[in-house]
Amino acid sequence: MSNFFKETDIDTSQAEAIVTETLKNCDDGELYLENHKSESIVLDDNKIKSSTYNSDQGYGFRAVTGEVVAYSHSNDISKESLRKSSDNLKDTLKSKKGTYNHEIPKTNSKYYENINPIESKTFDSKIDLLKSVNSYLRSKGSIVNQVTANFLGEHKSIEIIRSDNQILKDDRPLVRFNVSVVLEKDGKKETGVYGVGGRQSYDDYLKDGSWKDVCDEAFRIANVNLESKPAPAGEMKVVLGPGWPAILIHEAIGHGLEGDFNRKKTSAFHSLMGQQVASEGVTIVDDGTLHQRRGSLTIDDEGTPTENTVLIENGILKNYMQDRLNARLMGTKSTGSGRRESYKHVVLPRMRNTMMLSGKYSQDEMISSVDKGIFAVSFGGGQVDITSGKFVFNCTEAYEINNGKIGSPIKGATLIGDGPSILKEVSLVGNDMKLDPGIGTCGKAGQGVPVGVAQPSILINKMTVGGTKL
Amino acid sequence: MIRDQEFLKDIASYCIENSKKLGATDVGVKVIHSVSENVSFRNKKLDESNRADSFAVNLTTYIEKKKSSINSSDLSKSNLEKLIERCIDATKITPSDENNSLPDKDLMSKEIRDLNLYDETHYPNDKKIEFLKKVEETASTDEKIVNTEAGFTENKNNFILANSNGFLGGYKTSNFSSSCVAVSKINGAMERDYEFGSTRFLEDMMEPEEIGKIAADKAIKKLGPKKIKSERIGVIFDKRISKGILSTLASAISASAIARGTSFLKDQINSEVFPNSINIIDDPKIEKGLGSQNFDSEGVETNSLKLVENGILKNYLIDTYYGKKLNLKSNGRSGGTTNLYFENGTLSFKDLLNSEKKFLYITETIGHGGNIITGDYSVGASGFMVEDGELTYPVSEITIAGNFKEMFKNITLANDLEMKYSTNAPTLLINQMTVAGK
Repeated sequence: MSNFFKETDIDTSQAEAIVTETLKNCDDGELYLENHKSESIVLDDNKIKSSTYNSDQGYGFRAVTGEVVAYSHSNDISKESLRKSSDNLKDTLKSKKGTYNHEIPKTNSKYYENINPIESKTFDSKIDLLKSVNSYLRSKGSIVNQVTANFLGEHKSIEIIRSDNQILKDDRPLVRFNVSVVLEKDGKKETGVYGVGGRQSYDDYLKDGSWKDVCDEAFRIANVNLESKPAPAGEMKVVLGPGWPAILIHEAIGHGLEGDFNRKKTSAFHSLMGQQVASEGVTIVDDGTLHQRRGSLTIDDEGTPTENTVLIENGILKNYMQDRLNARLMGTKSTGSGRRESYKHVVLPRMRNTMMLSGKYSQDEMISSVDKGIFAVSFGGGQVDITSGKFVFNCTEAYEINNGKIGSPIKGATLIGDGPSILKEVSLVGNDMKLDPGIGTCGKAGQGVPVGVAQPSILINKMTVGGTKL
Repeated sequence: MIRDQEFLKDIASYCIENSKKLGATDVGVKVIHSVSENVSFRNKKLDESNRADSFAVNLTTYIEKKKSSINSSDLSKSNLEKLIERCIDATKITPSDENNSLPDKDLMSKEIRDLNLYDETHYPNDKKIEFLKKVEETASTDEKIVNTEAGFTENKNNFILANSNGFLGGYKTSNFSSSCVAVSKINGAMERDYEFGSTRFLEDMMEPEEIGKIAADKAIKKLGPKKIKSERIGVIFDKRISKGILSTLASAISASAIARGTSFLKDQINSEVFPNSINIIDDPKIEKGLGSQNFDSEGVETNSLKLVENGILKNYLIDTYYGKKLNLKSNGRSGGTTNLYFENGTLSFKDLLNSEKKFLYITETIGHGGNIITGDYSVGASGFMVEDGELTYPVSEITIAGNFKEMFKNITLANDLEMKYSTNAPTLLINQMTVAGK
């Protein structure tokens, strides 16, 4: 039984009948129903700047035959609206004939509890905590110029009704807590940002004063940047710290290994399956099964259970990430990577938690091997051009390395590289793999989905650092 | 099709009345309906068709100086009743802020001018398909083009904005957009480029052949790029990206960034920020303009503003809340700029390219490397080398870096402004920037 038709003029079996009838000549498709509640509470400039509650519900009806996707979505869950969508899908695919693939794997695993984080912490206590963050940071001295802190919490219930009356369900909690601080000293201003989150309640991340650790980290980063010098410009050795810097992996090769770009042959990786694309010590996986992680899913948005997909093993390209459509067209199986931002969006193959696994070197060994280069500890965002393979990411905390020693902090700079060749430049892989703190959102085709990354420290032989100092 | 004003007004009034009944002293509400139809093609075959029918209510309730908001897509009165209750409950326990309020009554928009923003023409999917076939036929003529994607989207919107001070206004808008992405290939290496058009009226859309040809030509020209040596050099920004300079300016002069002290242009009002030849205008009342509006997102009347006059920063972008913090009246920029543009420069495109022996000409940047607080700028880039006024070879895998404060002061504009987007700039030169390459 579905939970979505209670206050509507249509019941589960009538909806199932419309789905079955609409998809009878199609290769695949489903009715995806979603109820999404979210909140955002923001403290800024000593005030509660905003408190917003969002409630959204709707369906996305999809029919797929061959390479063609017909999609219709609405927030009106009613007989008339579904019928209209059904007619629209049938009209688009009227000249096509497919055979429905009923096969979909089942799972009993659950990677997070069905809790609603918005309701599991009182509004008052959230406001109080935000105020505490503000006074805690401002008590660090008059150099604190601005403090922003916010709670972002959501609960999403989804149902997928397939052609054979199968209903697949998932309930997904997600939270994020962010702190941003601006420091001013001698007329110079710098920002530090830090956050934590995942698929648990707020208090799992903030209890026992651990919210102070989030504040301290944001303050530390801003403080380091107050002392920063202009960054160098040109090609040099780069040591990346563990954890969040793995957005390099996400941008440089993750996107290029998504099934759609390879089926369409627009990815720089499309002809490299089975070939050496990285140094021998490099193994990269995309894992949707990590407990309570931001990028984890019990089932993906097509109902396929997620898995731990090996992308690159000891330098050899092993797998792409697949949704059902691209898997079918490429003669393989979905890896549980079919995701969508909401019922308003079509499914695309996406990353979950993308991780480079540990090697055997220590970070000290890497740094001491570098004559001239930079050590990058934290990043803002990144971006990639899938086709040319060129990718960038922005350092938010980095230092110069001179003669094997860490030197002064340097200003934020963009690093640019070439996806298919960058992993061959990885000469040392560290033994200190770390997960990111749970703050990543990946954008693709206008859709944002929560993701995670992880990596050990790595040494890259050659990358272009986009500073101003020649 | 799109729901009428009466339907939206009814929901807006319901929200205001019920919020007041439950104790709200002030209320602001927006009700929106939009219908969108999109068709996309890939390699001359239908790839996707997508129809969207969406409602949204955004409600903000005030109890004196306390404020809270809700958003929902479910317009049923039973749902709204529950959400209004929730909103009021949250408002009661949110700390008050002396700057929270509806806009001053005398600033509100009084009449709605027809700015020609709505074309009721429906372009059926069959027609969109014909259009896209032509786009892709043209885009794939050259054998170096190995992949093409094209899309056509038609949007119709209607909205009502209302508040408890008696303001109520809204109107329909439409948008047609079409795009083409072409992938070129030579010796196993690929490049991608694009073209797109976006208009209020169907009749103003670019010809499909033009869209396809521009995308393909650009993708082919990018083949075989070189990485250049790091150096200080003059950088010319193609029209597709020069408008990004204006977007940066807009973020830096928003009242929120100024009031919070987080802008590199703080305290620069009435100071010279650009060379004295430069004028920057934000005009909301352009007929058929993609950024045109009668009033801002709070209902405040918007009129044309000279943001920069003879190089001097003249105005911030002010909404009600941050205006109060700065002791300034809203100038109808809650929600940002409208149709923002540089007034044309004097040099022709050709003369600009010839003004020095050597330039780097940038057609695309990637990454989000602009910092509004410090003004530091560093992004990935690709484009062409210009030698003796000619584009000589494509360049990629480099970065360009500088600081906006200096970059703004070193801008030279060409005279090739086109009003193609909501933010528009002519080709521009920034003399000098640091390029990092080999």
